[in-house]
Order: sequence, then C-alpha cells, then structure tokens
Amino acid sequence: MNTPTEMPMIRLRGISKRFGAVQALQGVDLDVGRGEVVALVGDNGAGKSTLVKIMSGVFAADAGKMFIEGQAEVFATPGAARAAGIETIYQDLALVGNLTIGENIYLGREPMRRIMGFLPALDREKMHAAAREVAAHLDIEIADPLRPLGNMSGGQRQAVAISRAIHWNARLLIMDEPTAALGVPEQRRVIALIKQLKAKGVSILIVSHNMTDVFEVADRIVVLLRGENAGDMIASATTHEEVVQRMVRGHRT
Amino acid sequence: MSVKPRSPLVLALIGRFWSIAFLALSLLSLEIWSQMMLERTFVFSSYNIQAILVLASIPLILAVGQTFVIISGGIDLSTGYVMGLASVAAAQVLRYAGTEMPAFPALLLAAIAAVAVGAMAGRINGFIVATLGVPPFIGTLGMFGIARGVAYLFAGGGSTVAARNPILEFVGNGVFLGVRVQIFVAVIVVVVAYYLLRHLKFGQYVYAIGANRGAADRAGIDTKRNIALIYTLSGVCAGLAAILYLARFSAGAPQAGEPLLLDSIAMVVIGGASLFGGSGTIVGTLIGALIIATIQFGLVVINVEPFWQFIAVGLIIIVAVLIDQARGKFL
Repeated sequence: MNTPTEMPMIRLRGISKRFGAVQALQGVDLDVGRGEVVALVGDNGAGKSTLVKIMSGVFAADAGKMFIEGQAEVFATPGAARAAGIETIYQDLALVGNLTIGENIYLGREPMRRIMGFLPALDREKMHAAAREVAAHLDIEIADPLRPLGNMSGGQRQAVAISRAIHWNARLLIMDEPTAALGVPEQRRVIALIKQLKAKGVSILIVSHNMTDVFEVADRIVVLLRGENAGDMIASATTHEEVVQRMVRGHRT
Repeated sequence: MSVKPRSPLVLALIGRFWSIAFLALSLLSLEIWSQMMLERTFVFSSYNIQAILVLASIPLILAVGQTFVIISGGIDLSTGYVMGLASVAAAQVLRYAGTEMPAFPALLLAAIAAVAVGAMAGRINGFIVATLGVPPFIGTLGMFGIARGVAYLFAGGGSTVAARNPILEFVGNGVFLGVRVQIFVAVIVVVVAYYLLRHLKFGQYVYAIGANRGAADRAGIDTKRNIALIYTLSGVCAGLAAILYLARFSAGAPQAGEPLLLDSIAMVVIGGASLFGGSGTIVGTLIGALIIATIQFGLVVINVEPFWQFIAVGLIIIVAVLIDQARGKFL
C-alpha cells in the first residue's frame, strides 16, 4: 500500500455506475501508486471494463471521485484522460489497420508542418521517426514503419499499442487483457515488455484473467465481484487460491 | 486454401496498376479501331482527349466528394439530385440577379447559391447519418427523394430553367491556352481535394473513421463532427458540379445529375476505393474518371447506341466490387 504522505498516481473513491437496471459498479475504491503495477481481476461481468472506461474518459461515473496525484479530476472525453497522462490499451487495441505505425501513434494528435512556409500539412516524417524511435527504445521489432499495420500479428499490434502509450509519456498505463488474444511466445514478450516499463517507473493497471501473468508482474491485486471491491492483496503475500476465492465469493470465506 | 498474405501496399499498387492498365488498354483499343476504320489517330488527337476530359469533369467533381464518403465507410446516393437542385437554385438566382446587376456579381450570387444549397443538403445528410445514426444508404436515399422533389418545385414543374451569363458561358464552353476552361475547374477541385485528404488531419480522420470508427472515437477524434463534414463536403462538390453544368448548358435542371450518380460511384470504386471503407485515393478516383469517360466517349465514337454506356458503367461497378471482395478473401 502507499504510505499516507505519498499521493498515489490515481485514486478512485466510491465509484458507482449504472446501466439501466444493471448496477455495474457500486462504491468501488482503487489506488495505483507511482511506479506500481496493480492487477485488477474479477469474473466476467465484475465491472472491470466499466471501471477502466471511467478512468480513461469513455464513461462518466454516476457517483464517486477520482484523484490524479491528489488532484480531483473528471474526464469528459478520452482526450481529457490522455491529456492527464492516462493512456489506455484496449483489448481490441483501438488501432487503425489502414494507417502506418507512426500514424497510429499520432492518431488524433497529428503533428503538422508547413509546405513552402505557409500551407499546413501532416508531418509524416515526424510520425515515422517516432515509430522508429519508440521501437528502438522498447527493444521491439517492428516491420517497415512506412507500411500500414495491415496483416501484422497480434503481438506486433500489441507492441504498437504500447508504443503509442509510451510515446505520449503515459504516467499511468491501463492495459485491458493485454495477453488474451496472443499466442504463448507473444504473451511472454508482452509480459517482458510490461516488466521493462515497470523498471522505467511507469504506473500500470493491468486487467487480466491470466493468474500466471498477474502473479508475474503485479505488486498488488485488486479483486472486483459483481461491481464491488472484494479484496486488495499484496501479490507476494497471497496465493492463486485466495485470489480465485475472492473472485468467486468475495470477503466471505 | 493457403495463400500468402500480402501487404496492403502491394495490394494498393496492384489496384492502381490494374486501373492504369485498364485505361491504357481502353485507349489502345480505340487507337487500333480508329487506325483501322478511320485511318487516323485517336489518342494523339487533342480534340479526342479534350472531349474525354470535358465528359469526365462534372461527374469527376461528384466523384471527388463521393471518394471522401466511401473512404469513411458510407455512401452518398443523393449527390446527383443535390446537384440538380443546386443547378436549379443557381439558375433561378441568375435569372433574377442577371436583370438587376452586372454579370460578375450576378454570377457570384448564383455560385454562392449553388454551393450553399449543396452544403446544406450535405450537412443534413451528415446529421442524419452521424447524429441520428441512420445507415448512409437509407439516409442519403431519403435525401435523393427530397432533393428531387424540391428541385422540381423550384423549377416550377418544368425540366429546365434557362439562365444566361457571359462569364459563365466562357467557363462552360470557352477555351484558355488551347484548353477548355471547365477542365481547369475540375483540375482545381481535384488538387484541393487531394490536399484535404492527403495532408490534413481531416483526411487522416476520414480513413480512420472508415477503417475503425471505434478506434477513432477512443483516440479522441470527434467522429460525429467529421462525418458531418464529410457529407457536407460531398454536398459542396455537388454544388460545384451544378455551377459547371449551368455554365455548360446555360440552364439548370432538376434531373441534371441523375445519370451521374452511377458514373461517380463507378469512378470511385474503379479507382480502388473499398466500399467497406478505409481505403481509396483522389488519384485513384481521377484514373477511374478517365476510364469511365474514355469508355463512354469511345462508345460514342464507334457509334454504339448511347444506352450501352449505362450498361457498361453498371457492369464496371459490379466487376470492380467483385474484385474488391476477392482481394479481401484470397490475396
């Protein structure tokens, strides 16, 4: 846990969200400290994705407060969350297959230059340079940066999505099931990538079903059950069994 | 069936290559026919080439707007009748303004009327598609009917509204530096559209929306606003095409753009744009326009009944879409 004097990177208190008759979240609390890797786990329908979407500005919470480094924040749009340094990597990666790696990294925040000193135009050279730079920095291979993503593998796309987040100096990186759609070797590479980011001091919230992954990278494990908190454990002081028990039955034993 | 996946770049080159090859083949057949039957060149005749370019210019302007719409994953079926409506509006303005003021301000007012009518119809399409969430095929089909009805009302029930203006006649039928003036107009529209699509954020968002609207949303792009802009742009192109029509025929007509809807969609699709959205280019549409106009003009030259043109263009659309679908499946 965080010491009281240190502001966590993000702090959620009493977050509730209802969709029609369904209470998706009910008074959920969550902290991610600076440089900490927190795993958010829970059964299907526990409210993990809804919570992620509130943090990334896709949904607004009905009730509750969010603090970024102690500062109360409300994100009306995904753009606002990103401006506050929260980058989210979605399960479907939210990449555009017909654009190049660099264009995807800059999607929605394109750099501009001037043709002949007056005519504004996209700065594709800068976008492609960023693609190369991030690839070198993260020690990942990406194919020709001038090629659209097209038929890249799931692992390569994941790397591009992570590159995008890193390029924008994410202070908090939220990853929704980063290994779910990948083959085993690619899962290992993504896990290695997460460890690398952790070593660089990035705060990470990882949503996952894969307990092996969770125990390999997480400092702390937060459990949701039917939209409520059902556990907050130090990873090194708990077991697979206890986490699964919390996912199914909550605090009751 | 195991087939090697190919890069989209290679596919793009193949798509472009085939359309250029097809254009070359059409011109070559006409050249051979002309040498044999008329004993003179077809391709190296400035008259023939200009005739093709003039034939292409009005539908090309519609096709330019349609290119943005199709890349964004939509379709604009209203563009032909919006053009007709805009031509009638401009002709009516010109009739009244022409008697009140000199030629230039009267023309200016008429041109503003055409573009404003086109933009308004396009903006309504954008609202229907982006905000109300009506599928583009149905939303713009509704506008097709509305624009047609309003155009006939504005035309007083007649099929043409005559309006003359000396400057406009020069634009429509005049020659500058040996080239028909309306070709210059089409070239300007193409250059501006190329710049919008290739060099501005707006163009980038057109592709992103067509390929993956969800990703565009989550990247913080205001997709509703951009879709509204895309349909407005298509409407503006219909307005510009209407001005050129008025210039060429000294009249506006509700049905002016009716046969051009098919032509314009064929130009975009044969130019390599996918009806599934996400791909297509202005250069491709330009090549598509040259192909369609060459075939249409060629059929006239070899003296085939004009109705065959519709059949040819219809077949071309179907074949081009089949190739597009096959590309997704097999290559």
